[in-house]
Amino acid sequence: MRAQNQRTSALTIGTSKAWTGGAITALIVLALMWVIPILWGVATSLKTEKDAAGPALSVPSQGWTLDAYVQVLTQGEIPRWMFNSFFVAVSVTILTVAISALAAYGFSRTEFRGRKWLFALTIASIMVPGQILIVPLFQQMNSMRLTDTFAGIILPQIVAPMMVFIMKNFFETIPQELEEAARIDGAGRMRIFITIIVPLSRPILMAVSIFVFIGAWNNFLWPFIVTNNPDLLTLPVGLATVKNAYGVQYAQSMASAILAALPLMVVFALFQRQIVKGFATSGMGGQ
Amino acid sequence: MLTDLAPSVAPPITQKTPAKVRKGSGFWFVVPFLVAFAMFLLWPIVSGLWMSLTNQSLTGSGAGFTGLSNYAEALADPAVWQSLWNTAVFTIATAAPLVVLSFVMAYLVYVGLPGQWLWRMSFFTPYLLPVSVVTALWQWMFQPGFGLINSILTQLGFAEIGFLDQQGVAMFSIVLVTIWWTVGFNFLLYLSALQNIPDHVFEAAQLDGAGPWRRLVSIIVPMVNKTTIMIVMLQILASLKVFEQIYLLTAGGPRGSTRSVLEYIYDVGFSGYRLGYASAISYLFFALIVVVAVVQLRIMNRKEH
Repeated sequence: MRAQNQRTSALTIGTSKAWTGGAITALIVLALMWVIPILWGVATSLKTEKDAAGPALSVPSQGWTLDAYVQVLTQGEIPRWMFNSFFVAVSVTILTVAISALAAYGFSRTEFRGRKWLFALTIASIMVPGQILIVPLFQQMNSMRLTDTFAGIILPQIVAPMMVFIMKNFFETIPQELEEAARIDGAGRMRIFITIIVPLSRPILMAVSIFVFIGAWNNFLWPFIVTNNPDLLTLPVGLATVKNAYGVQYAQSMASAILAALPLMVVFALFQRQIVKGFATSGMGGQ
Repeated sequence: MLTDLAPSVAPPITQKTPAKVRKGSGFWFVVPFLVAFAMFLLWPIVSGLWMSLTNQSLTGSGAGFTGLSNYAEALADPAVWQSLWNTAVFTIATAAPLVVLSFVMAYLVYVGLPGQWLWRMSFFTPYLLPVSVVTALWQWMFQPGFGLINSILTQLGFAEIGFLDQQGVAMFSIVLVTIWWTVGFNFLLYLSALQNIPDHVFEAAQLDGAGPWRRLVSIIVPMVNKTTIMIVMLQILASLKVFEQIYLLTAGGPRGSTRSVLEYIYDVGFSGYRLGYASAISYLFFALIVVVAVVQLRIMNRKEH
């Protein structure tokens, strides 16, 4: 943060007032354009249904209220969907990080027949757009009788070649000497992995976990395809498909949207530094 | 670049590992990943390819081998070509603004107003929203009658616009929503690229008496060139794969004017029940993506030499 301030002053010295003023105005206008849809949604969610369907640009005649939130949290299925999303996202994150970290260790620190070849195959698969696999994957889930199950939603999401790649690159920067010392003490590979590699890799494991969690929490297409069971719907799927249940209740539909947006905004607020750094260093997001 | 996080923990060591140390049962570490990889990635690729050669339907019964007839049908299907055209329009209309605008945002945040976290949060938050929240917010913005945009338009004496059901306008609306939703990702990449420019570069420019505009054009833009190339490449590939926001906002309508390739594949496979045909279109699309990616890499390599 201090480096940032120094740079800021280095930049603004010698700039004309018109330039600075123009930059500030542009920034404020852009930021407003970006927050207005969300603020407008929040405002709507705090109105009564009658006001929500009334004139947009006037102060609500019946005042502000939390009614819409109370309604969707007590009568609607939002809590159910939120639990499902949470369960799915946490499961996907744990499984993905576990198998990817193990694989990254295997690929980076051990030797076995076909290692290079298998790693090349893993990297090549990053190119495959997941969406084109939806059709055969659905058919496969059907024949495995996994449609309309949590396993069917979760398992296809745990394959993340990109995360293997990111973690492998990281593991390779850990000094080999640490591992050798432990080996001399008689530690097996698994113990080395758990007691040396994992603790030293906390930042990258954290960043990868956050990516995977965001991706799984927001995933729409796969959960939408693989389940029709109302009890298994995740938040993004439920919001999009069961909207009609509310009819034209705009305040409630906005309250649901805001509730669905909140968890990741909290995650971002808590882990802002790791997320920003992680995005910057890996050049990718949850897509 | 991918190891930028490393130095805080341990200095990078490039020393080769002695073969002796590497011996061991390393294969078992890779097994859990490989099993999932084979089941949920490799196998669908193979079975999808096979499916594209059959007349498999969603309702199950009787998949007969039909050779390349699905591919022949796809290449002769005007709806395929229209969806390809729509996808190209969408890609061009989103890629350029998403690159330029994200740079402008990052630059403005970077040159520094107080409260950087606030600006960063404003531009990045939409990227964290699930697609159905994005579409819900914008359906409400676009709402005829009492939606925010149309209310302002009528207040100012203009006619209402059917943002999502007017042919010609609907694609524009989807482009707008997509820019709003995803610009935060490129913005963050640019912001961190800008913050990595060493201070002495600016000090040197200062001493040369370069004005803000000169500094922007002749120092900053070239300094983030690598980031720009990466963003352009990722952006084009991402835009080609557009589906979810289209499905939720217009379902490809009105009259197919917003139907992207993936939207058409979905329509054919899951609404039309023709999984075999949908697979064939998927593989043609996959081939196209690979071609685009290879062309991009070629161009990039030539530029670097």
